[in-house]
Amino acid sequence: MKNSYANPEDLRWKCHKCDMFLSVGPATLTYMGNTINAQLPVCPQCGFVLVSEELALGKIAEVEQLLEDK
Amino acid sequence: MDQNELRLLESRCIQEEPPECTAACPIHVDVRTFAANVSQEKWEEAWKVLRKAMPFPGILGRICDAPCKERCKRKEAGQAIEIGMLERACVKTQAPKQRIYPLPKKDKTIAIVGSRLSGLTAAWDLARKGYKVTVFDSDSQLGDNLLSMPEEILPHDVVRKELDILFSLGVAAELSSPIGDENFLENLAGRFDAIYLGPDDRDLPFRLTELKGIFSRGFSQYDPKSPVWQAAEGRWAATSMDRFLQKVSQTSGREKEGPFSTRLYTNIDDIPYVPAVKSLNQTSGYTPQEAIKEAGRCLHCECLECVKACSYLEKFGSYPRKYAREIYNNANIVAGRRPANKLINSCSLCGLCEAVCPENFAMQTLCLKARRDMVKKGKMPASAHEFALLDMQFSNSDQFAMALHEPRHESSAYIFFPGCQLCASSPAKVKSVYAHLRETLTGGVGLMLGCCSAPAFWAGEEELFERQFSMWQRKWEDLGRPRIILACSTCYNIFKTYLQEAPIISLWSILDETGLPHDFTGLKDAVPLALHDPCTTRYESHLQTNVRNLLQKMGQPFSELTAKSEYAECCGFGGLMQNANPDLAKTVINRLAGRSSADYVTYCSVCRDNLAGAGKRTVHILDLIFLEDGETDPAARKRPGWSQRQENRLRLKNDLLNELWATESGERIDHAGPVLNISSEAWQVLENRRILVTDLEEVIHQAETSGRKLYNPDSGHFKASLKLYNTTFWVEYIPSDDGFTIYNAYSHRMSVSGKEVQ
Ligand code: SF4
Ligand code: SF4
Ligand code: SF4
Ligand SMILES: [Zn+2]
Repeated sequence: MKNSYANPEDLRWKCHKCDMFLSVGPATLTYMGNTINAQLPVCPQCGFVLVSEELALGKIAEVEQLLEDK
Repeated sequence: MDQNELRLLESRCIQEEPPECTAACPIHVDVRTFAANVSQEKWEEAWKVLRKAMPFPGILGRICDAPCKERCKRKEAGQAIEIGMLERACVKTQAPKQRIYPLPKKDKTIAIVGSRLSGLTAAWDLARKGYKVTVFDSDSQLGDNLLSMPEEILPHDVVRKELDILFSLGVAAELSSPIGDENFLENLAGRFDAIYLGPDDRDLPFRLTELKGIFSRGFSQYDPKSPVWQAAEGRWAATSMDRFLQKVSQTSGREKEGPFSTRLYTNIDDIPYVPAVKSLNQTSGYTPQEAIKEAGRCLHCECLECVKACSYLEKFGSYPRKYAREIYNNANIVAGRRPANKLINSCSLCGLCEAVCPENFAMQTLCLKARRDMVKKGKMPASAHEFALLDMQFSNSDQFAMALHEPRHESSAYIFFPGCQLCASSPAKVKSVYAHLRETLTGGVGLMLGCCSAPAFWAGEEELFERQFSMWQRKWEDLGRPRIILACSTCYNIFKTYLQEAPIISLWSILDETGLPHDFTGLKDAVPLALHDPCTTRYESHLQTNVRNLLQKMGQPFSELTAKSEYAECCGFGGLMQNANPDLAKTVINRLAGRSSADYVTYCSVCRDNLAGAGKRTVHILDLIFLEDGETDPAARKRPGWSQRQENRLRLKNDLLNELWATESGERIDHAGPVLNISSEAWQVLENRRILVTDLEEVIHQAETSGRKLYNPDSGHFKASLKLYNTTFWVEYIPSDDGFTIYNAYSHRMSVSGKEVQ
């Protein structure tokens, strides 16, 4: 699976509304007119996406910087 | 910026000008690199440097009379570098292997008359250019005068080896030629396309000067016996002959052919005096060890004054001439990455570079222009300045901004503008100062709270700046154009530049003129402090004087930092460096903090807080003048965090309105919001990530009212997110009895969405 960012511990979170554990599913990231599709921990029911600290400060910060410098 | 502006700018930075030694050398040997190699025992590399500029380094390296030495910078701090002796020591070591690649053969033929160094050099240069060269000499061997030198100075063997290289390039020799004969030259003129007459070999018969293609040296101002001048003479003749045969301009691009004056500046203020190394054996010259030591005295002349003074310029690894080009290129990238964005946004715009540069190169002007250009083209990275701009907007919103006459006054002779950061840092001092001003000055002292909008100026946001700053112009006019009293030197600069019709005065001038408050009781156990001038006072020497006067009047002993007055250093706040490049800002503040072991005193609240944040005990001068009840050690006061800074401003406005004008701000103060329990580690995380308590509150409020949050059965923690401004904040928390306990928070700027399953 390409572009997949989910750690086992991310899947220990439950969507409070739907009462379901998160699972790896499709998510869309957009920034400055660019769209990236990725597999992230999401609520299988309502689609609530978890962005983990690791992802936010790592890969996402890196891509933000790249897009900002374009 | 267009190409011409770039060139002009580049030429202002003289870092790439050659050092004196190279400029003085008739053949421009790169002595600086040569000496560096020798000092590091890189003999082969040193050899190669000589070969680049010198014909026959084995010969010239031994006998060069080194006119460069006369101009060597080292003589201002010791004696000139013994460049000639170093060359000699170098060419006595084993020569590295060499391959010569002459240019493709040309069909033109050249005669060289005479085989002194000039003729041999001309032959050497022209042969490498591909010409068919023949050397004529009346002697029975080439280089007779070289071979007649003492063996211990110039061994015959060396001369022969160097001449062999010449022959290997196809140079022919016609020896025992009747070069004194009447018809000799005329015959040559018939056989060759160009002829060179070496100096001293014969005088040119007058009638022959009209023949085309004969080159000889002109009248010279230099010593004809100087070996290096002879070599230079041959080299220039070779260039002239080549240009003559190629039918190109004789003059263009030859301005720097001989010795020239260089614009390079090298500061030797801190260079200790060291005399030249003496060689124990005068005839044989330096031993390798002596040469290495002597070469180590070379100053490696260069400028880099600004780079030495500025951590930012140092951090990016180059110097302004190069940066100018990088910034120029950055603006002209059509698609793809713009590698200089970080460079452009990291400068603190403090102007120290311009102050120290011998040519007044102003990096801040370059960076600010580039930022404005990026903003206009929509190419400014949003993350670079957003946090600071939001904070400015907070300051200039109704939550903080206001402008009122003094209570019970209908007009104002003065208006006090403390600036956003003093209010953020020490609201209590603002109250004390305002009370003191009302007491001391007559005619009404109004109060104006807000931000001068410098962050927008620094960010290159011209429109935003104009919009925000014009608000101050309007308020000032509404108040009847009073004299503006400024406590912050950044505000002072902004008002001075953009509201020129307004009379402005610094708080330090007022206090210096009107004297200390009458209840000032003197300082208890005053320890000597080191005075830090904020960089924004660089050209406001009267403010610097006012502050020194005040310290004296208070009986506060103080010392000066080396980086003071015109050379004051930035604390990392200026130009929004802190936002765009927090790591660099840390380096900058640590360097400033390390300038003295004494506690500091300063008169900018941001300098004060940044120094305190770097663990440097620092007081603001107002801490000395207006002692707060219960305040025993103001130098130990911590830097208030980002949230605290906003909270302080909110409360200050509200308190003042309550206490002085008996009204209320109507803004959210003491809101009945939940209590957030935040551990000190979590605080640190929030500070570093620039996340405000108000951000946390909004995320939690939204999660708790909508129920959209995550739950972790293992830890019992909740996690929720919310997009505010352009940023999505995440908070991990647990509800507690009185509110919420915060475990973590972070943010990102990308928008993220998932798919709802039907
Ligand atoms: S101080 Fe800096 S900008 Fe000025 S000439 Fe020297 S290296 Fe160039
Ligand atoms: S100190 Fe070194 S670089 Fe400077 S002029 Fe002398 S030899 Fe040249
Ligand atoms: S930070 Fe200051 S000294 Fe350094 S380049 Fe910028 S304006 Fe010049
Ligand atoms: Zn759900």
